[in-house]
Amino acid sequence: MDYVPALARWIHFLAGVTWIGLLYYFNLVQTPALKAATADGTAAGITKHVAPLALLWFRWSAVVTWLMGAALLGNQFVNAFTFQGGMAGIGIGAWLGTIMLFNVWVLIWPNQQKILGMKPATDDEKAKARRVALLASRTNMMLSIPMLFFMAGGWSHRATFGL
Amino acid sequence: MKNPLESIWGTIICGLILTAILYAIARALLH
Repeated sequence: MDYVPALARWIHFLAGVTWIGLLYYFNLVQTPALKAATADGTAAGITKHVAPLALLWFRWSAVVTWLMGAALLGNQFVNAFTFQGGMAGIGIGAWLGTIMLFNVWVLIWPNQQKILGMKPATDDEKAKARRVALLASRTNMMLSIPMLFFMAGGWSHRATFGL
Repeated sequence: MKNPLESIWGTIICGLILTAILYAIARALLH
């Protein structure tokens, strides 16, 4: 059964790159670009055609990343989440990833549906949704920095950081 | 005070500070 963790690790990385890559795209590219596009009346191209597709890959790659991460932890899953058995480093990474998954599905996606007009919302509700979605997205970008530090732990981390 | 998450650089700096704090916690848990 050695192929299960090997496959899980590979898919975890593929999905994780997709998820966090899109997170950085939203924060570093789309949000500032949308501001400029709104000013010159070209925002519809992004909100109608780019954002829904980016959000589709974003939210489902988050699910796949988490599930493959859980599969990779295997029988160490509980040890990681309870910081037992020398699993504190990866456990912190796992908790950060879990909080980020929660933010994607509970805060970012439902509010983006209102912002993009996929769900009915008044202008006031849209303004509030914009604020919540932005802060949740920025929170995830902030959390991704320690998350990757702990998740990417390998022999180099063990030698350099003692994790 | 402005929310640091309003800006990209504020977000990155918060992430780096959080990394240092969590690293200290992880070390304490492991040793």
